[in-house]
Amino acid sequence: MRKVVIAGAGMTRFTGKQPRTAIELFGDAASEAINECGIKPKQVQALFMGNFMGDFEEGQAHVQAFTADYLGLAGIPANRYENACASASAAIRDAFIWVASGQFDIVLAGGAECATKMGTPLATRTFAMASDSRYEYAAGVTFPGVFAMLAHLYAKRYDIPLETLKNQLYQVSINSHYYGARNPKAQFHKELTLEDARKSPVVASPLQLADCCPFTDGAAALIIASEEAARKMTKKPVVIAGVGQASAGNLLSQKEFLPRIRSRELAAEQSYKMSGLGPKDIGVVELHDCFSIAALIALEGLGFFPYGTSGRAVEKGETKIGGKIALNPSGGLKAKGHPVGATGAAQAYEIVRQLRGECGERQVEGARVGMTDTLGGDGGTLCNMILRRGW
Amino acid sequence: MEAKLTFKEYNENLKQGRLSGLKCSGCGEVSAQPRLICAGCGGSQLETMELKGGGAIQTFTVNFVAAEGRESEVPYIVVIVELDEGPWIMGNLAGVKPEEASMDIMGRKVRLESTTVFAGDKYSAGEIARPVFSLV
Repeated sequence: MRKVVIAGAGMTRFTGKQPRTAIELFGDAASEAINECGIKPKQVQALFMGNFMGDFEEGQAHVQAFTADYLGLAGIPANRYENACASASAAIRDAFIWVASGQFDIVLAGGAECATKMGTPLATRTFAMASDSRYEYAAGVTFPGVFAMLAHLYAKRYDIPLETLKNQLYQVSINSHYYGARNPKAQFHKELTLEDARKSPVVASPLQLADCCPFTDGAAALIIASEEAARKMTKKPVVIAGVGQASAGNLLSQKEFLPRIRSRELAAEQSYKMSGLGPKDIGVVELHDCFSIAALIALEGLGFFPYGTSGRAVEKGETKIGGKIALNPSGGLKAKGHPVGATGAAQAYEIVRQLRGECGERQVEGARVGMTDTLGGDGGTLCNMILRRGW
Repeated sequence: MEAKLTFKEYNENLKQGRLSGLKCSGCGEVSAQPRLICAGCGGSQLETMELKGGGAIQTFTVNFVAAEGRESEVPYIVVIVELDEGPWIMGNLAGVKPEEASMDIMGRKVRLESTTVFAGDKYSAGEIARPVFSLV
């Protein structure tokens, strides 16, 4: 296996409803990534693209072929990845493997989504398609509902009074908005107050709107290259030191393991083993906070805090920049936004910028190693990446 | 390898109020959903069985924001029940007002009271039944 790096990274501003197509958004993100590498689009040898719901958003399946053509790349192999919210991360991981194998030297990987084109009722319906249509959806479960049930289970399992947990969850969202307000590419540039969080409507008890990420349009893209090919492209290559991916059946099949996410623990173990690094080596993490409770579960599943204690750690400021682990300095899915099929690439984009020291007032000083964590569905797919400075 | 229980059979049985499952001849693990291979041991010798419908609530939510086409159902309670035979199953809870559901119901014993049918929408493959539990 050859050493593989991220040579360039691009991302659109994440937004609510906007007029452009997923292909055009991906084109913007790809341009930023390609331009900063100083290469021509024609040098890209393959396109791996995450896209969750283009079929419903724009009546557009098979978006990868037309995206390749839009970029002047017709002729190269182009694959679409549909791994629910982890689509882009699965695409990036495969790009890593293909470059590591020697098959390709330069691959464009990322994702695009125009989720807001659906409107909330249809988006709620289509997102629920990532849970089990046979044994879960019939009961009326939605994605907020899945994580709402995990929140109740978390409170019970770790014997935390629900009111205490709720306050910890508000703090997760408040922190996300604080950083989002300092990220020019985030969807929300507004800080969240405790009062506003408390007043927000209940979506699926115990989760309120302030616990939920938004629907988002946006795209992000990376140039994944062999270390050798990247020498001509960048002085600051970001090494993909470890990757992991795992699957699971529906939420019910995960039973007594819940509220832990087994697929996360399997994927993280792979990432740590491949990189030879552990949680203590990670300075900054972009993890899957689709709902506030999901951030607590992820912090523990990745090994940053013991089970049942991450809420207290958040309250004590241990997940802020300068704390034990810098959590989602981009604003996370909550404030940066969650264009489903692009999210994993946007997480990697933030880590790349953090390692290069390009994040301005939300910079994690001296960040040398970062990690991404992307969860698809109710744990059906989980991807991690560990990235480190290659200079 | 041979499928002993199809989704169609499971769904038709549930519409009639019968909860079908599979038991692994190798390790004894019980599944409340059709599957080809045992999740416990990887064995392929699964036998159909009828689940009794008793269990305990593991977790729940009261849903206030519906997916497209299900707006008239909210608010409603979704529960995950651990059946006495072991597997977890998702359904709804009758007899408790959604506005009054609290964590106190977690751990409470329930029994299968009835089934209702999601009529399906333009995206789903027809009708899908789901269990409705009530507190014992």
